[in-house]
Amino acid sequence: MTQLSQKHLLGIKDITEKDIQLIFDTADTFKEVINRPIKKVPSLRDITIANVFFENSTRTRLSFELAEKRLSADVINFSASSSSVKKGETLLDTVNNILAMKVDMVVMRHASPGAPHFLSRHINANIINAGDGTHEHPTQALLDTYSIYQKYGNVAGLKVAIIGDILHSRVAISNIFALKKLGAEVMVCGPNTLLPRYIQSLGVKVELDVFKALQWCDVANVLRIQLERQQIKYFPSLREYSLYYGINLAMLQKLDKEITIMHPGPINRGVELSSDVADSNHAIILDQVENGVATRMAVLYLLASQKQ
Amino acid sequence: MQKRLILNPDLLSITINRLCHQLIENHSSFENTVLVGLQPRGAFLLHLILAQLKNLTGVNITYGYLDSTFHRDDFRRLDVPPKAHETKMDFVVEDKQVILIDDVLFTGRSVRSAMDALLAFGRPQKVELLVLIDRKYSRDVPLAPNYVGKEVNTLAHQKVLVQLEPDKQNKVWLINEENDAA
Repeated sequence: MTQLSQKHLLGIKDITEKDIQLIFDTADTFKEVINRPIKKVPSLRDITIANVFFENSTRTRLSFELAEKRLSADVINFSASSSSVKKGETLLDTVNNILAMKVDMVVMRHASPGAPHFLSRHINANIINAGDGTHEHPTQALLDTYSIYQKYGNVAGLKVAIIGDILHSRVAISNIFALKKLGAEVMVCGPNTLLPRYIQSLGVKVELDVFKALQWCDVANVLRIQLERQQIKYFPSLREYSLYYGINLAMLQKLDKEITIMHPGPINRGVELSSDVADSNHAIILDQVENGVATRMAVLYLLASQKQ
Repeated sequence: MQKRLILNPDLLSITINRLCHQLIENHSSFENTVLVGLQPRGAFLLHLILAQLKNLTGVNITYGYLDSTFHRDDFRRLDVPPKAHETKMDFVVEDKQVILIDDVLFTGRSVRSAMDALLAFGRPQKVELLVLIDRKYSRDVPLAPNYVGKEVNTLAHQKVLVQLEPDKQNKVWLINEENDAA
């Protein structure tokens, strides 16, 4: 198969295992491209991409922009903080205005879950979800699972624990979908207040003790506490969270096996991960960043390559 | 489907042997020369040529594989997008003599895209093209090979099938697809 089953990338839930494998295979070739002396290919030279960010982002946006530029696309950037959204324009009007400038693809981040799905029903361009509220963040899940795939050669059969603020995390939801589709076993771990009530219905194990989770898993994907999404107190203090759920090197050394530590960033050093873990050989955090550009290039390339 | 054998295993090995001698004639010690197989099918031919050159000269020649999928000119125009293959170039081609190797030269468009892809690895001193089969009179771009295994006159509906995979007998067929419909 050389073609994605979907016209948009709205979430991992909508794509198939074969789609994910195709994205991985294509990402392999782009990883080679970004390590060349000249890191650019002309594939998307006649395509214009709008990065429409209604929510703050640093690495996802940089990663997308770099991926787009490495593929020679024309890029326009839009952020809600400096736009007419503040003047009362609707989402559909804003995007239609951007599309009137002959844009072929839209990469969108929005605080409302389902915003890219809504848009996909009303406009013609390819849409890539770069995070919609607490719903999905498909490219992050693709780069996380791709990083696991690169390290282990396979995802099926591996045990992956997702540790931290599961309740507010779109990264967790997308990762669960992706890992389950690829045949991994998944466990979520965090304080009870930060675990969604019916999370077991996604077919994942639930663990409250972080050390037991580390003992169980081959890979631990550690998430940040999303204070910006928490309107009420879910735990007494960051200091207490770090005491019970923070991961340090001493804990990893107590395990009877080597495990891999991942983090989608930004890391709060000393809260969910201590510096000695984040900078250790266990962590593949910077590999994830490099793989982020390669997987996003693959997604852009595959969506754009569909016959118009 | 009508299939006509145009190169049998014996003839093919004679052809490859001749191509190798021509390469030696122009590049003698291969000191500043690199061989680049165009993915996917040029890579098989590359290995046959490398093995024969090793027999004849005893030198190890630098080689790589180049995939030009991302440099093609038919992106978004195909029903099914082409699948990219591995590019493996562990060297830069700056000031080197590069010999591009492919199995069949037809419209010349993939060689054009390969030359585009090659530039990502530096500015070569010279680029040459070696093909096993040259389908004459069918070029879309102004391009000619330097080393040719066999020239074949073909019609648009005909195809050339080159079988060079390891563990199979090396053969080349001319296929007439017109009869398929009949």
